[in-house]
Formats: sequence, structure tokens, C-alpha cells
Amino acid sequence: MNKITNHQLYRLIVAHFAEIIREPAVIFWGVIFPILMAWGLGIAFTQKTGVHAKIAIVRIEQTLDGSKSKLFAGLTENGIKKDSSYLVTLKNEKLGDAQLYYFETSSSNAYRLLKKGKVSVIIEDSNRGSKYSFDPSNQDAKAAYQLAADFEQNGTKTYAKMQDSIVPLTLKGSRYVDFLIPGLLGMGIMMACCWGISYTIIDRRSKKLLRRMVATPMRKTNLLIALITARFFMNLAEAVLLFIFAWIYFDVTIQGSVSALIILFMAGNIAFSGIAILISSRTASSEVGNGMINAIVTPMMVVSGVFFSYHNFPDWAVSVIQFLPLSMIADGFRTIFNEGGTFVDVWREAVILASVGVATFVIGIKTFKWY
Amino acid sequence: MIEAPFIVEVRNVKKSFKDVHAVKGVSLSIKRGEFVALLGPNGAGKTTLVEMVEGIQSPDEGEIFISGLQWKNNQHELHQLIGLSLQETRFMDKLTAYETMRLFASFYKLDAHRVDEVFALIGLEDKKKAFVDNLSGGQRQRLALGVALLNKPQILLLDEPTTGLDPNARREIWNILLGLKKSQNTSLILTSHYMEEAEYLCDRIIIMDQGTILAQGTLAEILALGGGHRSLDELFISLTGRHLYE
Repeated sequence: MNKITNHQLYRLIVAHFAEIIREPAVIFWGVIFPILMAWGLGIAFTQKTGVHAKIAIVRIEQTLDGSKSKLFAGLTENGIKKDSSYLVTLKNEKLGDAQLYYFETSSSNAYRLLKKGKVSVIIEDSNRGSKYSFDPSNQDAKAAYQLAADFEQNGTKTYAKMQDSIVPLTLKGSRYVDFLIPGLLGMGIMMACCWGISYTIIDRRSKKLLRRMVATPMRKTNLLIALITARFFMNLAEAVLLFIFAWIYFDVTIQGSVSALIILFMAGNIAFSGIAILISSRTASSEVGNGMINAIVTPMMVVSGVFFSYHNFPDWAVSVIQFLPLSMIADGFRTIFNEGGTFVDVWREAVILASVGVATFVIGIKTFKWY
Repeated sequence: MIEAPFIVEVRNVKKSFKDVHAVKGVSLSIKRGEFVALLGPNGAGKTTLVEMVEGIQSPDEGEIFISGLQWKNNQHELHQLIGLSLQETRFMDKLTAYETMRLFASFYKLDAHRVDEVFALIGLEDKKKAFVDNLSGGQRQRLALGVALLNKPQILLLDEPTTGLDPNARREIWNILLGLKKSQNTSLILTSHYMEEAEYLCDRIIIMDQGTILAQGTLAEILALGGGHRSLDELFISLTGRHLYE
């Protein structure tokens, strides 16, 4: 009678776990998709990437004596001409080659190309020199301008020369993939909890299954704890598989404390499980749920530095972003993975995350609509 | 302990949702072992009334006693006394019938032995390993009935248990219910759209419309009201000017 297999918490966990793993799509989206994403992004940003700059040239005045402007002299000497365009390749072994495409065209057409994003810089060229038009807040345009201006003044030599003073970082823990994998692990927790737990609850509510369950002596908290527990084990399996892939394929290693990593992982799960309960505490409509989950998940996916560091945002924004749950998880994971961090380095994050989880869980359960 | 004379007593119960007065002062009593049908068109307040008896909703006014106990402060005891099936409940698609039953059995601290008994009772033994997803409508309703019977309830509350089923599947459920009445003296409140269901199963019929009770009694008594009608629908038209089943 008091066998554990008859206990409601055990039965609820088993039921929820069965429900997760019996859906074949779960294996794809939970396990294979994150690995594919890690593989694709890891490859894409690990290879040396050359710079491609596309530039429009508008000739202001034809010189009477037929002599060439400095720019055109350089293009004729170093470029490959095809119709009215030139391709200049600046060689650099360590940075990767830079390719500059110049299109000679009319002024109006140049601006049309710029608006379509086909060129990022327009040069108005005359014998007295060139004027560069571009959007200074666009990083690509700025880089293209710097390369093109340097080429006009110094030819192809400076770019090649730079390689003497460059030491490429291939140290473990400093590659892009080392930055990416901890971020993906954090994002996995967020996605799995918010979509997995919230969606299950909303679906149960709309099917009236919640209503049916609370019309029995079932303890309400057991249902939610079971959902969270089943989800936690699934998240753990997904994270371990993603890590094993990254370890074998990219040689990503955990330089710091594994036990600190596990504690932070649990704290992250607590945080997002609580948030998921709060999101799904009232609505029975999957459309509303969809919107609410997206409103929570999308901003963090973009700003919390999963794919790229959030330190490029303005200082005031960084001071907020660094306390978002996903930022704390991703930053903490990186400290442990790449900087040899231990519990001392991440305990603050772990405590805050767990507190966020408990607080949102309590508020969620207080406002929870069972029917 | 003296057993209360009525298993269910509803005294002048009212319930409103925003501007809709779903139940406007209903009283009724149900004896032990009595089968009662609540009939009425959609929106008559049947489901709201039943859900208040089930403890899922609480009345704005009035009192409800089940075996002499009220929901407030007696949730634990009352959950053990009642068994219910809701309109259109869907269990988890990816669980088997057996796993579903084990899950609900665990809420009542019941073991596999009781689950097997219930499967025999509802005649679904050959579908134990089938996913809920793959059960037919009739099999799902029998599963829902089985879940309601796990704790050997003294009172069963079934909200449209046979809606959408073919006559055979309907009759199978009726026979299970009549068997329970004989063997366990179970009481039943059932909401239905089907007059023949009420006639075949129930000792008493209560006709509801717009949140109030229009008429109650045995089928013969009700039909005799207002000078003899051939069907409940005809009676309903003479009482309200509308059809019962629209």
C-alpha cells in the first residue's frame, strides 16, 4: 500500500516524463536541434572569415588631360576589371583576405544600391581626392570605409603588413565556440521550461484536465512539482548530450568546478520553472500563452548574450541586462567553463536565480486558476 | 455517526458569472441509491449546478450538503465520497489507459489491484495498454467513468456521460451504472440531452431552464403535468414555448 510506485508524486512524475519522451518531435527539438545549432554556429564563426566590402564609385568630373585620380590609378594597378567594376583583394593570412568590390555608376543609381543594401559606401571620386558617404553607425560600412580609404592612400601593403603584429587566439576557452556552448546550454533551460512547462499547463487547463485532477484528493503542489521535476531531468539529459557533442567535436571542456556547474544548472531550472508557472497561472488560451511566452523569451534570447556579448550595448542597458535570468545563467556557465570558475564565483548568481524561481512559483501558485 | 437522510442536499443555491445568472435559487435533495437526471437545454445551468455539488465552483448564495458535509473545511472527506466525470475532459494523449488509471488511483492512495478491478468493471481490460489517443469515443467515456469509480464513490456526478456516443456504447455505460446501483447502492446525478437515458436509468427527472427547476418527478408524473404530454420535449414546449433539445 505504501509502495513508492503508488505514491501520487511518483505517478505524476512518471506520467509527465512519459508524455515528454513519447513525443518524437521532442527528441528532435530538444536534443538534435540544439546540437545542429551549436555545430552550425560553431563552424561558421570558427573559420577565418574574409571581409567583403561593396562600394559604389561616382565620378564627379572627367579630367581633361586624361590623367587618373589616385583611386583609379590604384584600381587599375591592383584590381581585376570587369565591365565597369573592379575587384581588389587585400591579402592577410591571419585576418583572412579582404575583398573590395567597386562598382562605377551614376550618382542616383549609387544611392539606390545603398538603400537596397547592395553597397555600404559611396565614393565621390575626383582628381582632388575622394569623398566617402556612409552610415557611421553601421559597423560593416565603417569597416568598408576604413579598408577603402586605406587602399586609396597606401595601396595593398598596409593590410598585408598588419599580420606581423597579430597573434590569433586559439586558446581553449577563448574561441567563439567556447562562448557559444555555455550560452546555448542556458538558452536550452529557458526554452524548455517556458515552452515545456507553460504549454503543458495551458493545454491541460484548456482540456479541462486540471479541473478533473483537482476534483480528487491530489495535492495541487504535487502536480506542479512533478511537472518541474520531469522537465528538469529532460533538461539535464539535453544539456549532457549537447555538452558531449561540444566536447568531442569542438574540444570544449569544463575548466572549473563541475559541482558548481550542477548547482548553477539547478538554480537556472528553478528560476525558469517558477517563471513558467507564473506565465501559465491563469490563461487557458494557447494564443495568449504563446504571446506571453514570447514576450519573456525573445528579449532575453536577443539581449542576454547567448550568441554575442551584450557588452556592446550602452552602459545603462548592460547594468540591467546582466541581471536578467538568462544573462546570469550564461555568464555563470562561461565563468565555470572558460575561466575555471568555482562555487565562489557563481554563488551569487545561483542564489538570485533560485530566489527568483521560488518567488515566481509562490506568486504563480497564489494566482493559479485550476478551472 | 448518524447517516444524513439525503446524500445530496442543495438549498436555495444561486450562482452568477458577470451578468449571467446561471443558477437562480435551486433546491433539491437526493436519497441514497437514487438516480436523478438533470435535463434541460444548453445554458439551463445544469453544468454549473453539478460543478457546485462537485466543489469545483462555490455558490454565491445558498448551501450544499453532501452526506451532511459542506465543501468548506471538508474537502478531503468529500473528495473520497464523490466520483465524477466532466463534460469533454481529455486525459493525457500519450499515456495508456492503464497509466491514466494508475495516476488517478494514486491520488486516492489506491494500488494496482483496485485499478484491475475497475478495468474489469468497465469492460476495458483489452485496452489497458492502448494510448488514450487511440481510444474510441465510447472507450474514452468508459475510461472517464472508470476514473470516477476508482474510490467506490457513494455519489456519482456525470456530466453528459454519453453525449456523442452510438446507441451500443451508450447502453454499455447504462448497464455499468445500473450494476453499481444494485451492488453498491450508489447515488447518481446525471446531466443529459437524451430523454431515453433519463427514462432508462433514473428514478427521478428534474427539468431545468434558465437557472431554475421547471418540473420534477418520475417520467410519468412529469408527463402528466398540465394534462398529459407524449414526450418531454412536448412538455417543455408547453412550459416555455421552446424546444428542449435545440
